[in-house]
Amino acid sequence: MAKSSDVLFSPIFKENPIALQVLGICSALAVTSKLYPTLIMCVALTATVTLSNFFISLIRNITPSNIRIIVQMTIISSLVIIVDQLLKAYDYETSKTLSVFVGLIITNCIVMGRAEAYAMQNGPYMSLLDGLGNGLGYSVILIIVASIRELIGSGQLLDKQILPLASDGGWYVSNNFFLLPPSSFIIIGLFIWFLRSWKTDQIEVSEFKMSKNAPKEIKVDHA
Amino acid sequence: MLENYLSIFINAVFIENIALSVFLGMCTFIAISKKIDAAIGLGIAVIVIIGITVPLNNLIYTYILREGALSWLGYPDVSLEFVGLISYIGVIAATVQILEMFLDKYVPVLYNALGIFLPLITVNCAILGASLFMVEKSLAFGESVVYGLGAGIGWALAIAMLAGIREKLKYSDIPDGLEGLGITFITVGLMCFGFMSFGGISL
Repeated sequence: MAKSSDVLFSPIFKENPIALQVLGICSALAVTSKLYPTLIMCVALTATVTLSNFFISLIRNITPSNIRIIVQMTIISSLVIIVDQLLKAYDYETSKTLSVFVGLIITNCIVMGRAEAYAMQNGPYMSLLDGLGNGLGYSVILIIVASIRELIGSGQLLDKQILPLASDGGWYVSNNFFLLPPSSFIIIGLFIWFLRSWKTDQIEVSEFKMSKNAPKEIKVDHA
Repeated sequence: MLENYLSIFINAVFIENIALSVFLGMCTFIAISKKIDAAIGLGIAVIVIIGITVPLNNLIYTYILREGALSWLGYPDVSLEFVGLISYIGVIAATVQILEMFLDKYVPVLYNALGIFLPLITVNCAILGASLFMVEKSLAFGESVVYGLGAGIGWALAIAMLAGIREKLKYSDIPDGLEGLGITFITVGLMCFGFMSFGGISL
């Protein structure tokens, strides 16, 4: 089954939902200051997108096309409510940390986007795999960003001290820049650069190219 | 009274800017900010929809969902908060649909300008996010109107600024892999740092 492994693995690097399709970045930025809540968020999103793709694909032939958005929304929000309630019941602390972002999985464009673009045209089994693959692609980026931010920002991974802090007698001076939310934008930006230097077909064509005749340096006369 | 409203408004526009401080509505924020006209059109559509749905959801929360809200029906112990998400998104989807039909029939000029953006807005997390924050902050009805408008204006301001920067950025010589999406992310990151400077203001 070459095709199903393709459907499962291509969203991870080749068609990554965050880096290439620009979907679902809101939560990618806000929840990644520590690794543990990020892992919970990844599990929650992967479960939601997998199941919603499966259910939407199951009823795709009997859904009238003009009300399909509402139908998809209903399925997705029911799944998110289940995830939210489970999280509140078993891991209340993390659910407080994630605050509204679990609820916002409903409007996470990965979930809607995959439902609309894939599950409405394909069978339940393939849609399940597609959902899982996109969930994993999302998780990969989130885990990378969260690891970088937690390691550099506070010298910890999963709340374990990896780099001993200078304030506790160690040698590492933590860089608080990486604890601030905007740093995740810059990390994702650099990650996209890295990914595109590796997979060069993802490079966007620029609208204006610098002319070759442009002067290399402008001579300034220091009088 | 007026001071309270003003502080909620300023807070929503600058200090807790929904795009640059809480990072909501990022997908459309980055996807539709290539041209400044389109960005302003979308910004106005977001202001209208947030300004309508936040107060509506506030009414639904206060009179139907909140714990004890159903006492007027004789059920003082019932709390329907767990269906909150599904009702808010229902309200948003319905409002967008109604507004689209209304504009199409009565204000065709505006419909032509905003038409393509309206369906996008249903899945814009800024809209749902504003409603969820409204519940978390437990705002009263009047406050929710001000908060909704402020949040919408803040988002519109942010997308217009980003579109302005991106229009200029087209002419600069950027390394190949960073072209387009990569540099946009970094730009937004720097803008967020700019907006963090509002964080020290206390009203």
